[in-house]
Parts: sequence; structure tokens; C-alpha cells
Amino acid sequence: MFRLQVFLIVSLGAALGAAVEVQRPRGVPLEKRHFYDESRPFTCLDGSRTIPFDRVNDDYCDCKDGSDEPGTAACPNGSFHCTNAGFRATFIPSSRINDGVCDCCDTTDEYNSGVSCQNTCRELGQKERETLEKMAEITREGFLLKRQLIEEAKQGLQEKQGKLSELQASRKEHEEKVDALRTVKETAEQPEREAKERHLKAWEAQKAALQLEKEKAKMAEVFLELDGDADGLVSVSELQTHQELDPDGDGALTDTEAQGLLSGADKVDSAGFQNVWSNIKDKYVSEVRGPSCLLLKSGETDFWLEVSVHSYPEDDAGDEEDDEEEDDDDDVPEEYDDKVTCHRCRPMCATCSSLPESLEKEISFDFGPSAEFAYLYSQCYELTTNEYIYRLCPFNRVSQKPKYGGSETNLGSWGSWNGPEGSKYSIMKYDHGTGCWQGPNRSTTVKLTCGKETAVLSTSEPSRCEYLMEFSTPAICQEPPSLETVAPETDPHDEF
Amino acid sequence: MVWFLVAGVLLVLNGVRAVDRSNFKTCDQSSFCKRMRTMGLDQSPYRAILETLELSDSRLTLQLINDNNKVRLLLELYRLQGNMTRLKINELKPLRSRFEVPDVLVGEPPTKPLSMVSRDEAGVVLSLGTDAHQLVLNARPFRLDIVEGARVLLSVNGRGLLAFEHLRPRKDTLSKISSTVGSMWDSIKNMFSSNTQKDSEGEETTEGAQEEGEEREEEEPGMWEETFKSHVDSKPNGPSSISLDFSLPGVEHVYGIPEHAENLRLKTTDKGDPYRLYNLDVFQYELYNPMALYGAVPVLLSHNAQRTMGIFWLNAAETWVDISANTAGKTLSGKVLDHAQVPSDAPQTDVRWFSESGIIDVFIMLGPKPSDVFTQYASLTGTQSFPPLSTLGYHQCRWNYNDQEDVRAVDAGFDEHDIPYDFIWLDIEHTDGKRYFTWDAANFPQPRDMLRGLQDKRRKMVAIVDPHIKVDSGYRIHNEIRSRNLYVKDKDGGNYEGWCWPGTAGYPDFTDPEMRAWWASMFAYDKYEGSMENLYTWNDMNEPSVFNGPEVTMHKDAIHGTWEHRDVHNLYGLYVQMATAEGLIQRSGGVERPFVLTRAFFAGSQRYGAVWTGDNAAEWGHLKISIPMCLSLGLVGISFCGADVGGFFKNPGPELLVRWYQTGAYQPFFRAHAHLDTPRREPWLFGPQNTALIRDAVRQRYALLPYWYQLFYHAHRTGEPVMRPLWVEYPQDVATFTIDDQFLLGRHLLVHPVTEQGSQGVSVYLPGVGEVWYDAHTFRRHDGDQNLFVPVTLSSIPVFQRGGSIIPRKVRIRRSSTCMENDPYTLYVALSPQGTADGEIYIDDGHTFNYDRQKQFIHRRLTFANSSLSSSNLSADSQFTTASWIERVLILGGQEPSAVTLRTADGSRSLEFEFDAATSVLTIHKPGVNAGSDWTVLLQ
Repeated sequence: MFRLQVFLIVSLGAALGAAVEVQRPRGVPLEKRHFYDESRPFTCLDGSRTIPFDRVNDDYCDCKDGSDEPGTAACPNGSFHCTNAGFRATFIPSSRINDGVCDCCDTTDEYNSGVSCQNTCRELGQKERETLEKMAEITREGFLLKRQLIEEAKQGLQEKQGKLSELQASRKEHEEKVDALRTVKETAEQPEREAKERHLKAWEAQKAALQLEKEKAKMAEVFLELDGDADGLVSVSELQTHQELDPDGDGALTDTEAQGLLSGADKVDSAGFQNVWSNIKDKYVSEVRGPSCLLLKSGETDFWLEVSVHSYPEDDAGDEEDDEEEDDDDDVPEEYDDKVTCHRCRPMCATCSSLPESLEKEISFDFGPSAEFAYLYSQCYELTTNEYIYRLCPFNRVSQKPKYGGSETNLGSWGSWNGPEGSKYSIMKYDHGTGCWQGPNRSTTVKLTCGKETAVLSTSEPSRCEYLMEFSTPAICQEPPSLETVAPETDPHDEF
Repeated sequence: MVWFLVAGVLLVLNGVRAVDRSNFKTCDQSSFCKRMRTMGLDQSPYRAILETLELSDSRLTLQLINDNNKVRLLLELYRLQGNMTRLKINELKPLRSRFEVPDVLVGEPPTKPLSMVSRDEAGVVLSLGTDAHQLVLNARPFRLDIVEGARVLLSVNGRGLLAFEHLRPRKDTLSKISSTVGSMWDSIKNMFSSNTQKDSEGEETTEGAQEEGEEREEEEPGMWEETFKSHVDSKPNGPSSISLDFSLPGVEHVYGIPEHAENLRLKTTDKGDPYRLYNLDVFQYELYNPMALYGAVPVLLSHNAQRTMGIFWLNAAETWVDISANTAGKTLSGKVLDHAQVPSDAPQTDVRWFSESGIIDVFIMLGPKPSDVFTQYASLTGTQSFPPLSTLGYHQCRWNYNDQEDVRAVDAGFDEHDIPYDFIWLDIEHTDGKRYFTWDAANFPQPRDMLRGLQDKRRKMVAIVDPHIKVDSGYRIHNEIRSRNLYVKDKDGGNYEGWCWPGTAGYPDFTDPEMRAWWASMFAYDKYEGSMENLYTWNDMNEPSVFNGPEVTMHKDAIHGTWEHRDVHNLYGLYVQMATAEGLIQRSGGVERPFVLTRAFFAGSQRYGAVWTGDNAAEWGHLKISIPMCLSLGLVGISFCGADVGGFFKNPGPELLVRWYQTGAYQPFFRAHAHLDTPRREPWLFGPQNTALIRDAVRQRYALLPYWYQLFYHAHRTGEPVMRPLWVEYPQDVATFTIDDQFLLGRHLLVHPVTEQGSQGVSVYLPGVGEVWYDAHTFRRHDGDQNLFVPVTLSSIPVFQRGGSIIPRKVRIRRSSTCMENDPYTLYVALSPQGTADGEIYIDDGHTFNYDRQKQFIHRRLTFANSSLSSSNLSADSQFTTASWIERVLILGGQEPSAVTLRTADGSRSLEFEFDAATSVLTIHKPGVNAGSDWTVLLQ
């Protein structure tokens, strides 16, 4: 009743040109065949014991390592070898032999369970080859793209470092100029009242002109920023991306409210935007800091000069912020000096103040071994699902926004590279997002996969408030064994 | 103010979000409880009117009268088969009929003849079958004593706390009358006041006396209307509560009346609230207190070294139970003193039950052995349903598995980590907007594909179906229930609506047989779209839970047909599970056994499936209390019990999670579950070491499945609990009476799970003078009757096999129990000091009713005596063939034989064996005989 077919005729695939029959006990891989010699007693592969050969595959476990029962489920720690001709050979735990579930595509694991399995190795092999070919192609092309990225990143880094040192140098220069002007100012410390008033008036006029110009620049910049679809018009829905503009403070910028801000129109062009701008400029919060700084970079030199001029007339009254700064000056520790300087310039150029810092910050990021991920910086990628629009801004943050209105939720800010040892750059971790009721702060794990495109492939929330994103980028593509190698031969070899 | 601040700070410091007690009533806030509990301990106003006594063959009736208000009650006494006495008290002429609980008893309990032994002015003595067993009825005041020889076993109304609030017309209707005839009545009353006093001695009570009695009774607040928080209970029927006390001389240990987060042994309640029985959805329940939880079984067991007894209070309304310690002499009085004596200083436990409505219907189960009480109770309410074998495996649940891909990935995770499991569960999010019987179209677009995927792995699924129905005219289930007029009604006759998961929901009236039949029909494969044979059901929230109702449940003045919700409350959950189980049976044409998990339950719920201990928390205390909670349920018939492994709320650390798996692997219902807001905790998410520990615990469970199945078969046949307190098997060993950190599985396995953080060892009590126990892992032998310190590591689950037992295991662990169906057995024979052992093996197809209807099963006795082990048939008229065979026999505490011979019908052959002198374990190789055949293995 329990006599099992001890030997299995293994027929290797026709690929080898001729059928080769190799006799060996069921479940034994070809390379271990010589341990199972029918004419001799069997010694457990761990050497613990020797038993008569007829106790191999007799459905009773004799060896502690399970090696006497490669073809039955008798040993708790045994493993069974499926040849899977046409596909990939594999081992399965011996508990899956005759358990009524088809595990080996060649059906050899279910020889006595009554279940009828279909041999699917050929289809699986075909499918796998296709997948592998596709993967190889993607890897190949992705890797070429990656090389470019590395090159660009190198250049970009040099540029930025250059710019940074330039900026730092010019800052130093300007500071020297400020000192010089201060000296001038000090020598002119006792002007006549009239002279001073004249001077002041001139200054006011100059300031107003400057202000107007800056206002225009700012407006143009905001227009561009708001015009998400770049059609030269700002629409109601584009305006609604800035909930902070909500006039009644209920947290939602409705269609009607947005239309109101657009003076009743659905869309306005850049000319029409002037009126709109005066409505919203007090509340408007820019999304992008970096680019807007770059917009103004031509004015840098003047900017630094003007700061110094600005401080000249001592028109402190009514300028609370300056007041505070003045008060603080003595208390501010040395290391904050830079910040304080910048703080002061805010009234003139809010978006530029952090330029050197943002550059420093950008340079300090770990963009991968060859800075291949640098191109992702200051970019954002979106994926729209049934309910939400997910937005991944690498090295910055992940967010989620209901598709049909509602406020944005922070799913985590850039934390660190978080891949396992050896592939650190395969996973990004964003954490400290908005807190969950009774739960943790939201966090997102971004799994990077090799692809030609840079895109968010999928999002899920496997655990409450713990999000998972799949993100494809060429930057993670590994160098193929040889870039010139073509796809593996279509010749169906049995064991890859 | 300062107090508030301090309290606030403490709350913050603790960081524990415990139950909000203010959501639930204390006795003081439940008007009838308060009225009953403040009732004086004077002499009982009730006396028996002996002239009204009627004795038929098996039934005695007798009127009782309350001398204070002249209201008469009718007492019925029955002697039931199997050493039980039933006592019913109702109003003789109630204004309206009072609710009597249907559908809980399996039938009208068979009676035995009652005969009168003696009768005089003081009372009567009835025989309970034997000369020694008598029932002594004292007339003035009314009390009953059950005596055995000269010993009083139990007294009824010994403390005079019988109370019966008779139904009465509403005061405002009375006052209308009195406004017209009031003054006239007053003068008449004064004229006749002395006469009516005398009249009350007579048999007839005049209308006047009745009315006068009422006049004299104080109107207390809460009798006609009651408010709790913002909820008003309109109480159109007025006060209707009932109460009765029982004294148990010589008893210091009482158990049962689940469900409470409490030790096995019940505590006295003098200093706090009584134990409450009122099915409630309690958010984050607290441990060790008498608050009501999700289910209620009004059965209390008393135990001492001489006798075990039970009291079954058959009432489904809100019920409270007071327990106090007393001395026997204090309550002994009247006629019983002629018959019996009790040392005046003997300990006594007094138990008092009170319920808000219905009648007094009590079954007194006289034991005397624990197993007798189980049999007695089972004869009344039935036994544990026999579950499909696979449901005894491991269940993987979480609120929620998000979509089909998630289910597929978790399923694959079990294979990848080689951990067996049988069921994966879907909580409420799988539905289309909490519309039960539907699927979320985006996340579960192809439920049958998913179920087939599981079926290919020989695994199964459970999906939740709750009883609250979304009020939505686009929802078929709602429309049909509404058009069939089967919803519970509110007090004004409209469909009752409450808030639950789907928002506004209706509650089907499951007390209506038509509703249950319709509900059952909804489980047909063509009605429940996407369902398949391997989809089973989970009934949650069936207390019923109503988020915006009083105490998070239904208003008591809601209407079920002719009854108020007040009358039927504790039955609702039972009916839901009953209808669902019936649906699962019907969908298979009556062939397949159902599996339904329920959160709410009542006496009799054991007949319909499994229960779990509700929304516990990932805390060591909750792990620990899972043992007494399930033990208490087992004592009152509900064997298929488990707690959420890992704890539902909060996040378990790896040590707690591992310990919980180890504990759960040895409890009847083994399911991991987690709250929606918790991080994922599938067994492989805590590092390879913890994965290995969890895998090992689950594999131990699977190896023992043959034993578990056999225990459930026994529970199904006899009503004996699967998981049982030590005292059940060692009733005379006083040391076992309070143990609830360890337990027995059947008679043969003793388990002491590690439930303390950072434990280095546990102290295990091994009972039994002259007995031995074998460590189930090392096979080391230990003497019984000792406290054994067992050092533990993280991998330890202290389990001991009783010397003298044989346990069959299947040690080839596969990915599901179904995959192990045809696998061979290894027999673990643990010898007693006398060198004997016995056990059983039970085999059937594992999932149909054929074991019952066609007697298709194998049930064999395994006996070891005189150096031979043999298998013999226990059930000659049953038939079943199995592919399973006997792979190996381990004899623990054995000696080295010179030869081992197998004898079967085909002849004899010798078997190979090995003897390990260090552990005294004899391993016999491969007898190879079919598990259903006769055979003997002889040691020489």
C-alpha cells in the first residue's frame, strides 16, 4: 500500500539534442545522484547514520537531515527537487509533496495525492524568457540613460558648486561694500535737516520704483507658477491649488470663491492677472523656492547693495520686523549671524534669501554613488488613483490629495535611503507626515525599480498610515552583464 | 478643579485609553438594579398558600402571596431527568403576559415523577427520586431547601430576597380614575381598612385589596421612565423586575456567568457592583471588573471537594448577579431544620440574581461530579457544534486585508515562511460601503477568483456579515427586509434606526423565525454573490451594537413583534448566529458543517459555532486574562473560544506577540487579529528569529490537530469543555480550585503558557497524587502533586502529557490542515506509574454531517497494558475508510524491549525500534497499519 515508486525516469529536454535518461531516486537533483547508489547502503548526507538502501524514500524518516526521504513528505526538514524541464529547476519543502497542491510545474510533486496537475513548465519558461528579455532591454536602455544622468549630475554639481562659491564670494564682497558704505554713512552722520529730507524723499521714490518692479516680477512668476497647464491662462481650478487663498477662511477655496478672486472670470491671461494679483498677493504662498530664486539671479548684485541702502535712513518706526531684529541683534549667537542677515533682506526679496543655503542643501544631499538621483531633485511626480492624487517630490515630500476636492495630506518628508545592505539606494523613506488618529505619523516607503521612464507606478497603504509607492527610474538600473549582449537565445534550455 | 487637573495628568501619564466607564450603567444607574439591591434583608414577604398546592405526576404548582401587596404568584416545580430541578415563578394573573425565553432549550426538558413525602401546616417535603434527595418547602416565609440526607445542598429564598414587580396599570391612568372617584374611594378605604387586613388571610383576594396594595407601594423614580445620559427609556409597561436568592452551604468557590474580564473564580460583590449580564459593545474593556461585555451566559457553577452544582437562570433581560460570602448558620431556618443540620460556622456562598423583566425560570443542576453538571446543562441547551476540522487550524485576520492582491500576498507569505494556516479573514472594509453580502468593486472585483486561489492551496476564507443593515434604497438586502416588514421597530412603530459602521442602519428582527429563514436563504451561492464553498462567516456587532444608542446598544423600548427589546436583549446575538449557521448549512443542501464566529452570545450559542473575547488589547494583562475568560466560557458549554492573538488594539512588541501565538496555539479558537490603525503584524514581520518562534508555535498546533478534533468530538457528544480548569479533573484537590494561569486540554494535556514579560520561568502545578506527567517537548518525567519550577526561554511553551494517556499527533506539518488529511499518525504513549495508558483516535471526513447522519467515522480506543498496545473499535456500527496509517509509536517512560511485534489480521511481523536510555523513550518504527484497523504491538 505504501510502496512508492523509488526511481524516477528523468527525461531531460529535447533541447540537449537527445533524450538522456538518468536513474535516481525521486526528488534527488542530478548533482547529488552519486550519493544515492542503489547497490550500497545509504549514508545520511550529514554522515549521522547509515541505513539499508531500501529505506531511502520508504516514507519513514531515518536521517536527521531528511536526506533519506528526498521524494516523500516523511522528514520535516526535507526538500524535493523538481526538474521542471522547460522552466527553472527548483527545490520545494518536502511537506509539499502529495499535499494536493501543484507546486512543481512538471507535476512531479503530486504523484500520489489524487490531484491532477497540468505540466505548465513550457508556458512558464516561455513567459519567463519574455519577461527576462523585456527586463534586459529595459535594463540596457535604462542603464544608458543612467550614464547620461550621471554625466549631467556631474556637470550640474560643478555648476552649482561654482555658483555657490561665487555667491559666497560675492556675499563677502557685498559685505565689504556694506562696510564701506557704512563708513560713508557715518562720516555723513551730521547732515542738515533739509538735506536729509531730500535724501529721504529720493530714497522713498527709489524704493517705490523698486518695489513696483519687484512686484511685477513676482506677479509674473506667480502667474507662471499658477498656470499649471501652461496655456497662458490662470483658471479657477489652477487657482484652487492654493487653498491658502480662501477668502472666508473656512479652509476650502470653493469654485465660486476662486471665480470671485478672478473677478468673475473663469480664466484670466497675464494682463488680466494684474487685478487678481492685488487680490491674492497678501495670502499667496509660493510652492517653489528654488526656481524663483533663480529667476532673480540677474539682480543679485543690486540686491545686496540695496540691502545696505535700505538700512541707511533709519526709518525704523512702523517697521516692526526691523524693530525686532534690532532688539535681537545683541542676543543672537554668533552662528546665527548669517540667518539674521538674510532675515533682514526678506522685505526686499523673500524668495531669494535662502539661495546660498538651498544650494548648500542641495549639494549636501546623498544623490547616490554617482549622483545619478540628482535629477529627481526639485521634481515632482504624480499618480492618480480612484480616490486620490499622490505626489512624490523626491528628496522633499510625499503627499496625497483627494481627487474631488479636499485638503492635501502630508505622507512624509524626506528621511533617508533605506534599502537593505548592498542595495541601500533601492528604497527611499519619507516620514514624520501628518499624524493619524490613534496611530503613528504617516510615512511612505518608496521602492525604486529600473525603468526607462521616471514615474510613480503604484501606491498602496498596506498598513494604516504606512504607504508604499513603486517608483521607476533609470537611475536604479544596474549595469547589464554586457551592454552588447542580446537577449538570451530562444532555445528552450531546461535549467536557466 | 485641582482634582480634575490631577486626574488629567494621570490620564496623560498612563497614556492608556481605557474603557469610558461613563458610557455604561452602574447598578445605581440602572433603576431596577438599584431598587432590587437596596431592598431590605427583612423576612421575605412571600408565603406559600399550601391550600393551592397541586401535584401531578411530575409537576407541582402552588400559589405564593406577597403579604405586603397581596399579589399572587404561581410557583411551578419540576423534577427533571438527570438530577435537575426546575423552578418557575410567574404572576398568577399578570396584567399582560410576561416574556418566557424561547429557542434556548433544545426541547421541553423531560421530567421525572415527583412524590410527596410529608405535608403539614409548615410545609411539604417532596422526594427527588431517592430517600436521601428531598426538597423541603417551607410555607411561611416561602423557602425551598434541597437536601441530601442531613446535608443542605442549596436553599432558595433563604435570605428572603424573592421579589417580583407585578405588572400594573400606569399611574397616570390610575390618577384619571382617582380624580373622579378619589374622595369616595378614600372614605371606603378607611371604613374597610381593618377588614381588608383580615381578608388577606383568606384565599380570595378582593380587587380592593389588590388596589390597596398598590397604593401602599411606593412609587420610585425610574419605574415608568428612565434616563441615562441623553437616552430616555419610555418604559410603557412600568416596573417588571424579578429577583431570587440562592444559598450554597459549604461552598467557597463559584464560577461561570460569563462574559467578564475576570478571574476564573468569581469574587464577592459586596463592595462594588454585581456582575452584570447585558450584551454590550465595550470599547477597550478593562480587566478584573464585573462590567458586562459582549455576551452573557446566565449559568453559575458551584464547587467544593464533595460536589459540583449549577444554577441556570433562564432570562434574557438585563441581569445582575450578586455574590457574597456568608456562614451557613445565618440563613438556615424553618422546616428544613427538622431534616438537616449545617455547622453554623460552615462557609457559605450566597448568590442573588435579578433581571429587569420576564419570569423566574431556574434550573438547579445537582451534579454531583463536574462532568455530571456538564451533561445536565448540555441536556438543556445542547452541546458545542462539531466544527469543521480546518477551523481548528490557524486563522489569519486583520482589519483589513485591503484588496485581492493583499490577500494573495499574505497567502504567499505563509508559504514563503513555511507557516501553516487555514483561513484568511476579511473585515468590514471588503464590502461595498459596509453593505454586507456585497464586495468593494475596486478592491475585490473578482472575489471568486480570490477564493479559487485559496482553494487551490486548500485554504479558506471568512468574510464578515454584521446584522446592522445600511438604510439605502439602492441596497437589495435593506429593501427586502423593509418590504417584508422584518426590521425591529422603535417605540412609536417605525423602523428602528441606529448608527453603526454604514451610517444609518436598520436592525433585522432576528427573534422572528421568518426573518431568520430569509436571512439564512441569503447565504445561497446564487444570492450571496461572489461566495463559494470555502467562504465562511463572521457575525460581529450583534449585541447589537448601536453607536448612538444607550450604552452603545439598542433602546430597551424598541419592539420585536409583541415584545420589548428589554425582554429579548441578550438573545439577539444568539439568533443572528443561529440564522447565519442555518444559512451555511442550507447553501450546501444540508451536507456541510457551518462555521460562524460570533461576538455576542447567550446560553445555547455553543450550538452555532465559535466565539471570541472581543476587542482586547496588545497588553500582557490581556494575554493573561484570555485563559480565565475562555475557561469560564468552557464551563458553561461554549468550548470554541479564543482571544485575538496579538491583541486587537495597540501594537504588541515581538515578545508579547510570540507569547501570544504560543498561548493561542493551545486555546480552542486560534486567530490573530488587529485593529485598522495598527501597523502590519503578519508572523514574518518581526525578524527571522521571531518568525521561527511563531512558526514553531503554529506547527505545534497543527501536530496536535487530531487531538483537538477528538476533544471537539467529545465536547459535541457530551458537553464537556475542551479547555478546562484543573479542578474539573481533580475535583477534590483544593489547590486546583483557583488556578487560572494554566489549564487542561481534555484530560491529557496540561498547558501553562508564559504570560509574563521577560519571564525566566513559570511555576507549574502538576496535580494528582501518585500520578506522573511528561514534558511534551523533552519527555522528561515529573511526579504529580507538586509545584514544578520550569525555566523558560523565548521558545518555551510549558506543556505536559499526563502519565497514562495516549495522544495521536500528525507530525508532518503542511501548509493547511486539509493538506494533512491523509497523513499518518504518530502515537505518543505516556505510561502511568503502573505502566498503563489509554487514549482515543477519531477520524471522519472533517467537514460534512456524514459522521452523524451516515455514521461515517472511525472512533477507536488505544490501550497500553501488559506491555502491549492495541487499537480496538469504539463504535461498531460506524464505517469510514481513511488513508492515514500509523507511522510511529513513542512510548514515554518505557523500557527497552528485546523485540517488538506487530499483530494484525494478516499475521505478525517484527518492528524496528530504538530506545533512548537517557529519556526512557522507546520509538517503534513504522507499524504501517491503517489507522482504522485492529492491531496490537507487543513488547517483549
